[in-house]
Amino acid sequence: MATDKFEASLKKLEEIVKRLETGSLTLEDSLKVFEEGVKHAAFCSGRLDDAERRVEILLKQKDGSLKREPFESGEN
Amino acid sequence: MDIFSEKTILSVSRLTALLRGVLEENFEQLWVQGEVSNLSYPSSGHCYFTLKDAGAQLRCVMFKSAVKNLKFRLTDGMALICRGRISVYDQRGEYQLICEYLEPAGIGALQTAFVQLKEKLAGEGLFADAHKVSMPRFPRKIGVITSPTGAAIHDIINVLKRRFASLEVLLYPVRVQGEGAALEIARAIDDMNRMAEVDILLVGRGGGSLEDLWAFNEEVVARAVYRSKIPVISAVGHETDWTICDFVADLRAPTPSAAAELVIASAEDLRGQIDTLSHRLRRAIEILLMTRSSRLDALRRSLHDPRTMLGHLALRVDDLSGRLDMALHVAVSRRRDRFVHLYQALQHNDPHGRVESLRQQIMLLTVRAEGALDQRLEAVRQKFGDNAARLEVLSPLRTLARGYAIAARAGDGTVVTDAALLAIGEQLQLRLHRGLASCRVESVESGKT
Repeated sequence: MATDKFEASLKKLEEIVKRLETGSLTLEDSLKVFEEGVKHAAFCSGRLDDAERRVEILLKQKDGSLKREPFESGEN
Repeated sequence: MDIFSEKTILSVSRLTALLRGVLEENFEQLWVQGEVSNLSYPSSGHCYFTLKDAGAQLRCVMFKSAVKNLKFRLTDGMALICRGRISVYDQRGEYQLICEYLEPAGIGALQTAFVQLKEKLAGEGLFADAHKVSMPRFPRKIGVITSPTGAAIHDIINVLKRRFASLEVLLYPVRVQGEGAALEIARAIDDMNRMAEVDILLVGRGGGSLEDLWAFNEEVVARAVYRSKIPVISAVGHETDWTICDFVADLRAPTPSAAAELVIASAEDLRGQIDTLSHRLRRAIEILLMTRSSRLDALRRSLHDPRTMLGHLALRVDDLSGRLDMALHVAVSRRRDRFVHLYQALQHNDPHGRVESLRQQIMLLTVRAEGALDQRLEAVRQKFGDNAARLEVLSPLRTLARGYAIAARAGDGTVVTDAALLAIGEQLQLRLHRGLASCRVESVESGKT
């Protein structure tokens, strides 16, 4: 599904935050993990930002397959 | 042909056919109400029953094709309103009502069907909460199964626009009412699941009559929704419209617009969640670095300690040496004072001084002594003069001058006052008033004086 990577990234971010918050990591690991967390956070918000609103409609072909086309709904 | 004009003999089949013609022509479309009895569903799929009331009964049949469209299940004793036509079953010579449509008398057929299907599906667990899945936290693409020309898709797109929601929409166009609509909807749900492209399925339509919404009360739709691996939001009609689809769906939205809002809300929740996580991430590392750096500071401070200690020590040394100086000073000055004191005392008791004073005393005493001596001498002299004068009177020399002499032994000069003590021949010296004379004793005469 489209959200798999995002979900994974978000989950990782959550884990990282929790790990950092326990404060049990060494400084070096903390920084490493933090950096990773920042990347995940950036990835996640990036994915939210760059998702565009696109409306497509599925059209059934004669052979039964489905073809997609941009959907124009009156004022869209 | 006039069958009544003369004696025309009809075969049974012919008559029956004629009767059938008459009945079919005159009772082509009618409504009958009665109570169901002798209900039977043979394997043919057709449905047979008898409709009766207090005074009569009517054989009824519903063919498979119509049974298929029956929204509810018939039961014996059910009060029915049937629409159909009268026909004759030639072989048995029976007329019967060929039912095309049935509905329960009293409450509507759809209502009955709804209640019945609801009970049935509930019994099968299709509405069970345990089966419902939660909406994905990050719906990026939603599948919408509705009419491309209906109000629903229009509303959904409007909401997305208004909320600036960055969601992709994949519309699966279906008929949402009328014959075959339910099947189309069910197929669309299955197709969307096969495509596995969208995160949420939004199934629904805008408002309408119960009949308009009926497709969403169909079992086929309910089963497709239940089968769907993709979370399904059902949004049919208005707030007050509840359909079977609503019950089976993972989430029911009162309207298609509300469904869109729900989807966006979860997307926005996610935005908030990411923001929160980012914030917590930064906060966590800040705290981490802060604690580390304060620990470092603390350690660094303790590293600096020797120097501080040195300072302290220097101060202490200063202090102590100051105090030492002071103490020394005090000690010295005390001793000096004591010395001065002693010295003064000593000076006070200086033998030189004593000697001097003694000397002066001596001098004084000497002077006094001399004075006293002089006085005394004077006094003595005075006395002596007196005495001399008096002595003059008594002086033997004056006696001598009158002719007396003093005899003294020549040897030792002792004055001889007693002749008895003299030996003859002893030499005597005689002191005269003037001069001396040596004599020898010739004779002694002891006498008295």
